[in-house]
Formats: sequence, C-alpha cells, structure tokens
Amino acid sequence: MTAVPTSAAAIAAGVRSGSLKAVDVVEAHLARIADREGEIHAFNVVLADRARAGAAAVDAMVAAGGDPGPLAGVPIALKDNMCTRGIPTTCSSKILDGWKPPYDATVVTKLAAAGAIAIGKTNLDEFAMGSSTENSAFGPTRNPHDTSRVPGGSSGGSAAAVAAGFAPVGIGSDTGGSIRQPAALCGVVGAKPTYGYVSRYGLIAFASSLDQIGPFTTTVHDSALLLDVIGGHDPMDSTSIPVAHAPLTGVLDRGVKGLRIGRITDLPAGADPDVTERLEAAFDALREAGARIIDVQVPAFSYGLTAYYLIAPAEASSNLARFDGVRFGLRVDALDTNTMYSATRAAGFGDEVKRRIMLGTYALSAGYYDAYYGRALKVRKLIHDDFARAYQDADVLLTPTSASVAFPFGSKGDNPLAMYLCDVYTIPSNLAGHPGMSVPFGTGADGLPVGVQVLAGTLDEATMFRVGAALERCAPAVTSAVALHGSAS
Amino acid sequence: MSDRITAADVVKVAKLARLDLTPDEIVRTTAQLDGMLEHFADMDALDLDAVVPMTQPYPLHNVFRDDMVVIGLDHDEVLAAAPRSEDGRFWVPPIIGLDS
Repeated sequence: MTAVPTSAAAIAAGVRSGSLKAVDVVEAHLARIADREGEIHAFNVVLADRARAGAAAVDAMVAAGGDPGPLAGVPIALKDNMCTRGIPTTCSSKILDGWKPPYDATVVTKLAAAGAIAIGKTNLDEFAMGSSTENSAFGPTRNPHDTSRVPGGSSGGSAAAVAAGFAPVGIGSDTGGSIRQPAALCGVVGAKPTYGYVSRYGLIAFASSLDQIGPFTTTVHDSALLLDVIGGHDPMDSTSIPVAHAPLTGVLDRGVKGLRIGRITDLPAGADPDVTERLEAAFDALREAGARIIDVQVPAFSYGLTAYYLIAPAEASSNLARFDGVRFGLRVDALDTNTMYSATRAAGFGDEVKRRIMLGTYALSAGYYDAYYGRALKVRKLIHDDFARAYQDADVLLTPTSASVAFPFGSKGDNPLAMYLCDVYTIPSNLAGHPGMSVPFGTGADGLPVGVQVLAGTLDEATMFRVGAALERCAPAVTSAVALHGSAS
Repeated sequence: MSDRITAADVVKVAKLARLDLTPDEIVRTTAQLDGMLEHFADMDALDLDAVVPMTQPYPLHNVFRDDMVVIGLDHDEVLAAAPRSEDGRFWVPPIIGLDS
C-alpha cells in the first residue's frame, strides 16, 4: 500500500492524479481507528462501509477521467450535530438517539460534492454545551496526547479524531470556542470563520446568533482549503452572508511584513504561565517575521462570559423547545401532551442541557428579561464596539486560545462556572461575530500542546490566515499524537 | 444563601421550560443558578442606558426568496422519524379534554 500523506491537500492531489487510491486512504484511516478508537472514543458512529463505497466511487471517477474535486478521497470526521440523511445524528443526546435526519446539512452536501468522504460522526458535549466532551450522553472522548485528560469541547471528538490520525480533517461547530479550544488542547488547527461565512443549514441549533461551522486540520493550508469548500452563500440559511469569498489558500504565502498585531493589554487574567510564555514567543516570532506589535484595549472583553452565558442559554432554551417527543427522537408516553413533553425532556436531556435551558428560560421570563437578557444584549454591543476600535489600530489580535493545557477528567468538579471559564478568551469573538483561529505553537506543562488564538474583524479571514500561516512556519516542531503512539498503517 | 433566586422560582421556570425536575434537581439547580447570577452581576457596574441592544452579528434584514414552489422534505421520510404517526400525520396524546 502506498504511504498515505497526512494533509488533506496532499491526499487530494494524489487521488486526483491517480498516484494514490482513495480506497487505500480510507483503509489506512480505518486501520488507525481500529487501532486506537477503543481508547479515544472520538466517534459516535464509524461509517466504514459507506466510506469504502464512497472511496471506490471516487477512484472510479478518476479512472474514467473525471475530477472528484478539491477534497478527492479525503476522509472527514463530522461532528454529530450536523444532519446526515439516513445516518444517525444524535448531538450526543439521548433525546435524539436513533434519529435519522431526512436531509443533509449544506456543509455535508458541499463536502461530498468536493470529493470528501465522511468516515464517521464524532462525539461532542451534549448539544455542544461544554468544554470537555464530559457532557456527552455516550461517554467522554479522551485526548490522544494523554488519555487521562479531556480533548476540550464541545467538538472534542472531531479534534481528537484529527489529532489521532483517524481523519485528516474534522468538522466542528463553534458557539463560544467549541472549535478553537479543543483544537488547542489536541494540538491541531481549528478555525471559526465570520458568522454567516458557512451555512448553518442542517447544523442542529444551539445558539443561532452565535453558532458557526469550521474545520479542524493538521495544517493551516488545509484549514483554508476546507473553508474555501464549505464557505459561501446558501439560500437555505437566512443569516448566510450573500457575498463571494476570495479563496483563502491564495493568501498563505504573503507573510506578515507590515501587519499590525494587537496585544490586548486588559485581557482577563488567569492564563497559566506556560500558556502566556507560548503567547509571548508567538509575538516575538511575528515581530521577527516583520510584523509590528501594537498595544490595544478591549475593555468589554472581560464581560464576554456574562453576556454569553445569558444570551447562549436564552437562545438554546428557545431552540431546544423543538425536542418535545412529537416529531423525532425520544418520546416518554403519557396521557396528555403536556405531561409527555415534560417527561420526555426530563428523560432525554442531560444535566448541563437542563441547566442551560433553565438559565435561559429564567433570563427570558417576565420580570427578569430586562435585567438579564436585555442587559446582556447591550454588553454584546459594547464588546462589538470595543473590538471595532481595536481593529482601527491593529489588523489582528493575538491571545491565548485556552487558559491552560488539556486538563484531567473531572477536574472542574461540580461547579459549572469553573467549566464556563474555559471559554473566556474565545467567547468575545462569537458575540461580535468575528473570525478566530487556534494555531498550535509548541508545548506547555507536561509536554501538552498549546494553541495561540488569532482574531480578526468581520470577513477578514484573509489577514487571519496570513498570520496563522506565519505562526505555523515559525512554530516549534511538536511530535504528533500519531507519531507518539504509533500507527497501524 | 442570596435572594437572587428561590426554589419556587426554579419550579415555576421548570414548568415554563416543560422540564420535570426531581426534588433533588430543584435544590441543586437553585444553588447553581444562584451562583451564576451572582457572577453575572459583574455587568451591574456598566452604564448601559444609552447602549443599543445587539441581537445579531451581521446586519441582514428581511431575507426573502422568489415565491416559487420547491421540493421540500419527503413526507414519508419525515414521518418515519417520528415516535408515532398515523394516517400520514404525527400522533400525539390528547391536548385538552382529559379532565371532563
């Protein structure tokens, strides 16, 4: 069997040229899954037979002189909150156990049209609510770098799948950091584009004004390649931005000479010393590459957590009202509909989901709306405006992605706020609707990966990716989890 | 214990949210929501009177499409995913009339 490259770009190039068979690519990844999935639990379901059939179809198209597309033969791990027609889609919740959607999410359709092959649906914190995947109804995912630690969340399964070499690409969703934080903790690249850049059609909604889909990859180039495929206007999503996006793969070699990199001087404290040391090293590296480091202030940044944990649960309490036992998923039978609703939801939702529904319903209820939800929306505007001022002086902002490296299971205890604080550096860009990405930049405590976060203004993915590519070029070499733990291929 | 939220509030909100909570869950939820609301009081320090609320990140308004018939989801496929259907419709238990 030909050696299978690690990057999506190299796999697609090989498959399109005929020098690499998509069936061999899929078998190599299924072999790695067979080797380590029992230990990692990245997937809710592995689609081995479908992936094999899809790969054979891609190879047949190449043999017949056709071009399957820019992701020809690339295995993809899909977060299990994206609808896949006829394939179980659970959101890692008992309330959707066994449900098979009657349609595909737009990203799923676009990936298939580009020649990609779905290899499995990945584990997540139930309904994407969490930062560790410990909230999955089907058990946690473990970090491929150290299986006593969490992979981050909520897209922990997709991040772990890419870090473990189960797939070169994973797709996640990011409502408050659910792509960037697990990417940092698993040592891979994770990007959340501008709100509206990628269609949300078929992404099961958590908080509709914050949710955005994006890729996990091993390289910044692959991240750009994926966004070039899945980005763009979709009439099925009324919040999809109706503009054409310039290809991001074209900007990666432009360097950072003359770019202004913002350092937020009033960033919330609390990042561990090993993380801030990596951030400083990233500033130094960009300065050496020709960028200027500028001090900026984003005073409302520190109120992000409060605004987010009122707005996101409020939207979630409304979105999750649809899980009532009538049209899909679990039903607990009762003599009348109201009893059926309450019993179904009590049996189907886990603790964290119930907590957020309760918090959101409270924040929206009569007498408290103005004091909580209403004020949170105003704080959101302050955050947006403070960012806008910062981006007058700086082209991008650089922060830690996560305050710490991957933490041990159970270490956040029973205090929900301790877990919520994991997202303190990622949440504000969701509230503003801005793009952000996490790029691995060496290791911290216990040799675990550290990510640096690049933030940019609305639809300025191009500058964000220039900086991301520059960081990748000067990042210290880190042994991948695949190399560390061997591979069956 | 602060007076930000009481067990009675939690019972009322659970009813609004259509969630059956056990007595134990009510106690735990009351304490946890109280802790969160205490943290969220940090925004009380902000003067927000003149600030316009922001409900969405990108200014799109009244997104319409042409009024043309398009193929929707397959009727049978949708109903097949329901816990119970009958005669081409979702089946639910009685909504009213149980008391009479």
